[in-house]
Amino acid sequence: MAKVKVYSLPTCLYCRKAKKFLDANNISYDDINVGTDKEGMEEMVEKTGQMSVPVLTIDDQTVIGFDKRKISELLGLVE
Amino acid sequence: MNTVKNYDLIIAGAGPAGISAAIYGARKGLELLVVTEDTGGQTNWTGEIENYTGFHMITGAELVDKFAEHTEKYGIKIKEQEPVIGLGTEGRLPVVKTTGGTYPAKSVIVATGKIFKKLQVPGEEEFQRKGVAYCATCDAPFFAGKTVAVAGGGNSAFEYAQQLMQIARKIYLINLDKKPTADQVLQEKVLASNKIELLNSSVITEITGDRFVQGIKIRNQNEGSTGGHYLEVEGVFVAIGLIPNSSFLSGLQKNKQGEILVDNYNRTNLQGIFAAGDVTDVPHKQIIVAAGEGAKAALSAYSYLVRNY
Repeated sequence: MAKVKVYSLPTCLYCRKAKKFLDANNISYDDINVGTDKEGMEEMVEKTGQMSVPVLTIDDQTVIGFDKRKISELLGLVE
Repeated sequence: MNTVKNYDLIIAGAGPAGISAAIYGARKGLELLVVTEDTGGQTNWTGEIENYTGFHMITGAELVDKFAEHTEKYGIKIKEQEPVIGLGTEGRLPVVKTTGGTYPAKSVIVATGKIFKKLQVPGEEEFQRKGVAYCATCDAPFFAGKTVAVAGGGNSAFEYAQQLMQIARKIYLINLDKKPTADQVLQEKVLASNKIELLNSSVITEITGDRFVQGIKIRNQNEGSTGGHYLEVEGVFVAIGLIPNSSFLSGLQKNKQGEILVDNYNRTNLQGIFAAGDVTDVPHKQIIVAAGEGAKAALSAYSYLVRNY
């Protein structure tokens, strides 16, 4: 199973969409609310060099934004 | 060659106007497609909504979720992250150009809403998502404990400052005019905070940094073109207003502000092309007004299709 992290904010529509998509595909993930988890936020900003969410990490791969195609590909899901 | 589907209706934009148009169109059995940057538009950036009928209070985020659910119920196809970039004609058919393709359709509804006005200074594009932000509701959490600047002097600038006061260390309010134009009550609340420093008659002339924003150059209007100084900030929130998202739509008649001119039936000057919501010259930019206008536009497009096809 791939290790999946979702860096998100509660106010962000595409964060909610990304999580809904993972839920629908029975993928478990760590949800990091960058609004309350300062370390998580700094980690994300450092890793991606930008300040927008969602960011997904799938094992050692990073996806900025809810890029369904790329996420499906990395998780081996059939669309 | 790709087989190009011939849609009855293409809707550009998926804010309240575009979504309502799509629901009405789907219920009329139209073959339709929605192309958009994102679902929800400005509603995504709205905190609490207390004037949308049926909800004494709902957040923008929740309302957008409900919009999305409603479209799913009707199986409406929404192509996201594919904004419209132009309109044309092919024979007698309107053609919608997006960042992803070109789609002919028998009718079109333009519901592209409004977008944030930019400062148009060096560094603004380069540092987008790297310290430059346009939506405090969305991006304020990234600036916890930091020093930031807010450009603007109206209600939205002061609302941004109010949100940032909760978490940022210091906020410079950079206001172009001699005095802010925000509501008095809001001004008093914000200016009472010792985190706020208001700089009137001032403009940001450049945003600088390395990987992220590190500072801004500002100039006081009274100092003339030679004056200016540097402020160390890690974030710049731009709140200088909204403009109709219509600059790429040539051929459509617009007013001086760039709003598309429509009649009572949401018709534009071009045959088969309708417009609805904040991108039009209809007064009172409200979520509920935009939703109603979207419904009207879809019904008008339906009548047009019945008469012409």
